Amino acid sequence: MTSNKKDPVLVVLQMSGAYDTVNTIVPYTDPHYLDHRKHLRIDPEEVLPIDDKVGFHPAMSPLKDFYDQGKMAVIQGIGYPNPIRSHFRSMDIWHTGDIDKTGGSGWLGKAIKEIDPNKENILTGVNFGRGLPRALAAPGVSVASVGTLDNYGVLTGIEETDQRTEALEVFARMYSPMIGSGEVNDYLSQTGLDVIKGADILNKAPGMYSSTVEYNGDYFSQWVKNIAQVHLAEFGTRVLYTGLNPGTFDTHANQAVTFSRLWADMSNAVTDFYEDLKEHNANEEVVIWMFSEFGRRVKENGSGTDHGAGSVAFVIGDAVKGGLYGEYPSLEPSRLDEGDLQWNNDFRGAYGTLLEDWMGLDAKDILGGTFEQFDFIK
Amino acid sequence: MADHDIALMAHLMRRAGFGAQYHELEARAAKGYEATVEELLHPDDHPNGLELDLAERYFTEWNHYIRGVPEYIIWRMINSKSQLEEKMGLFWHGILCTADSKTQSYPTSYAEWEMFRQYGMGSFRDILVQISKDPAMIFYLDNCLSHKDAINENYGRELLELFSLGVGMDGEFNYTEDDVKECSRAFTGWTIANNVPQTPYGRYPALFVYNPADHDDGVKTFLGETGRWKGEDIVDIIAKQPAAARFLSRHLYDFFVADEAPVPAWMDTPPRDMDTIKMLEEEYFRSNYNIRCMLRVLFHSDAFKNGRFSRIKGPIETVVGTLRLIGEWTTYKPGMEVIFDEMKHMGQEIFNPPSVEGWHTGREWIDGGTLVHRINFIADNVSDLTKPGIQELANRLASEGPILSGEALVDGCLRMLGHYELAPETRDMLVAQAEAKGAAPTDGVEFQERVAQTLQMIVATKEYLYA
Repeated sequence: MTSNKKDPVLVVLQMSGAYDTVNTIVPYTDPHYLDHRKHLRIDPEEVLPIDDKVGFHPAMSPLKDFYDQGKMAVIQGIGYPNPIRSHFRSMDIWHTGDIDKTGGSGWLGKAIKEIDPNKENILTGVNFGRGLPRALAAPGVSVASVGTLDNYGVLTGIEETDQRTEALEVFARMYSPMIGSGEVNDYLSQTGLDVIKGADILNKAPGMYSSTVEYNGDYFSQWVKNIAQVHLAEFGTRVLYTGLNPGTFDTHANQAVTFSRLWADMSNAVTDFYEDLKEHNANEEVVIWMFSEFGRRVKENGSGTDHGAGSVAFVIGDAVKGGLYGEYPSLEPSRLDEGDLQWNNDFRGAYGTLLEDWMGLDAKDILGGTFEQFDFIK
Repeated sequence: MADHDIALMAHLMRRAGFGAQYHELEARAAKGYEATVEELLHPDDHPNGLELDLAERYFTEWNHYIRGVPEYIIWRMINSKSQLEEKMGLFWHGILCTADSKTQSYPTSYAEWEMFRQYGMGSFRDILVQISKDPAMIFYLDNCLSHKDAINENYGRELLELFSLGVGMDGEFNYTEDDVKECSRAFTGWTIANNVPQTPYGRYPALFVYNPADHDDGVKTFLGETGRWKGEDIVDIIAKQPAAARFLSRHLYDFFVADEAPVPAWMDTPPRDMDTIKMLEEEYFRSNYNIRCMLRVLFHSDAFKNGRFSRIKGPIETVVGTLRLIGEWTTYKPGMEVIFDEMKHMGQEIFNPPSVEGWHTGREWIDGGTLVHRINFIADNVSDLTKPGIQELANRLASEGPILSGEALVDGCLRMLGHYELAPETRDMLVAQAEAKGAAPTDGVEFQERVAQTLQMIVATKEYLYA
């Protein structure tokens, strides 16, 4: 990358609950697929083929367009050693890149620290939604977590301007970290201070934004729109994150209906987002990473599927070298891992590609090791 | 009445309830700590009276057939005289999680909450049996899809991992993958009739049904014991495990005393106060798994009494506590939906925990988004002088003399909020801010404004995030 280009931006869309791998990228010509899925089977006629082996779920047709234009990498067989089938634990692993211990720092939190070690920009990372994903949490790193973009700030109920200014000054002093008050208190202090700094800037974004793109009204689409607004406001934000409410893809039952609807919503939101950026000539500096915490059991169970392993992840953007990466895991019963797809590439390798080839960071420290990477960035 | 008695009572009522106004704290402190603990532990001796019945009749939409169920539960938390009973509902709801986003049946959720009220302070063994028969749970974790010869492991796994034992303890695993399967087999046939969701025949609660024809009555080996185990037998085996005692003790400590490490870390992270945990574990076995007995030990422990302001309040505690303080929602009126949304934006929607793991508590309640919602909600409410609780608070302070210094104003407000304690640095800043405005004569309208402004600043402190 040369210096006259805009700084690379990473947008992360977390799709919690664990989408069903084999019905997302469908091995539609594999006889084992048809054996395992008597009921929850995507009709091979309806699959949007990538090649003669795999294709997209029909609800993903807007995403398929990205693929056809060479802007989408599909990372097959993604996972990690000794897969865990608990949502919380597995998501924690994806968030931290630490497969042994819980509660560590987030990989993007660490990346933000690398990008902005002196905390010169309070908005280097911004999350949209309720609660901050652990992926963005790291000691000494602040990430604004925004529920509603246009009314973000404390003590907004104080109407009189001078009184509010004075209150915010006292607030800033009260939230100044005190020596020896402990880690949790330091965290609370930092959060309070960052809120008032970040709010002053973020509140301006909606007013600066205009677009012909109309997003859907659901929370997810609105948050994706907020991501566009903040990116287009050019606050120097480098990592933008949002997620579907946890558990949404957790289709133990009634999968057929829910699953199609979710992928249709997701695909539309992503397409709207890309169109919005393009309208503002701000698409080239953005790469989107989409993932889920694990896959689902290959053999269906009634109208749903149980927790499994071996997932598929997606990278979208102009800078992406489109195509299939990794191997599609075998569905042969003897080659399954306790009934689940065998992973064949460690997700930390894909993180490494994003960190090094896209964000221009050293991945080794962030990920605590070196993992075989792909070359999905141009 | 000595201040330290009222301060201790304020602590008890924040933890074993949703906080109380100052006059209630005084009255309870006069009756004594032990008497109040016993009253809290025995909700049946103190019926709520007519008010709740009337509420149900007044709010036809609250009679748990339309969306009013969460609002009604919140209304009860605000108004119930059996504060601990409602608090235990919240405790269990955060552990034995179900979510309306899946069950889509408030009548069924309501039945679950009633079960928490009924069994919440009884035997741990009994509440585990009840949750295994709970229609919302059976649907939420798909036990209705778990069949003889075709088990669905979802419930069997979560029962062990999240409801009773935890993944591990003291660095050792508490169960194996085989135990999960055997456990799941034992609960086959535990299903529901009147299947949710709510359409097309209107809204009705689902019912538990045991279907012997779909029960796998084969021999199972679970946690080393072999037999033709049924669900109840599995729960019996679970309840006698040391890991069950540890699991429940840590949860009680986390909820009532001080924030513990997140649950998934319990296998490798020892309790922060092993002595108190050991005391609770002993009481667990001594009392035959009785939760009420464990709570009594806990409320009388030094760890509890000294554990003031060491726990970050959850959003429901924050919102309900604020409404109790300002004396709002003591009568029946529409508009509770807005209150409900506030809790959601602070990160806790009742009947919709983010996943079966429940809410992540402690510092995880607070981030850039939730902090903003929390502070603004409380600050807006405590500075609203039309609220009866705030009026009363201001009048009470006004009665302390013709003029209050800035310092007296700050300390008076802290006392009225339930003897809140601020770090000396924080208190100094608020005092300086108040002193800069001069002493406050207590006879004018301006005094009320001064009280409102002081409260607004206090509730915006870091300290006020804690209870």
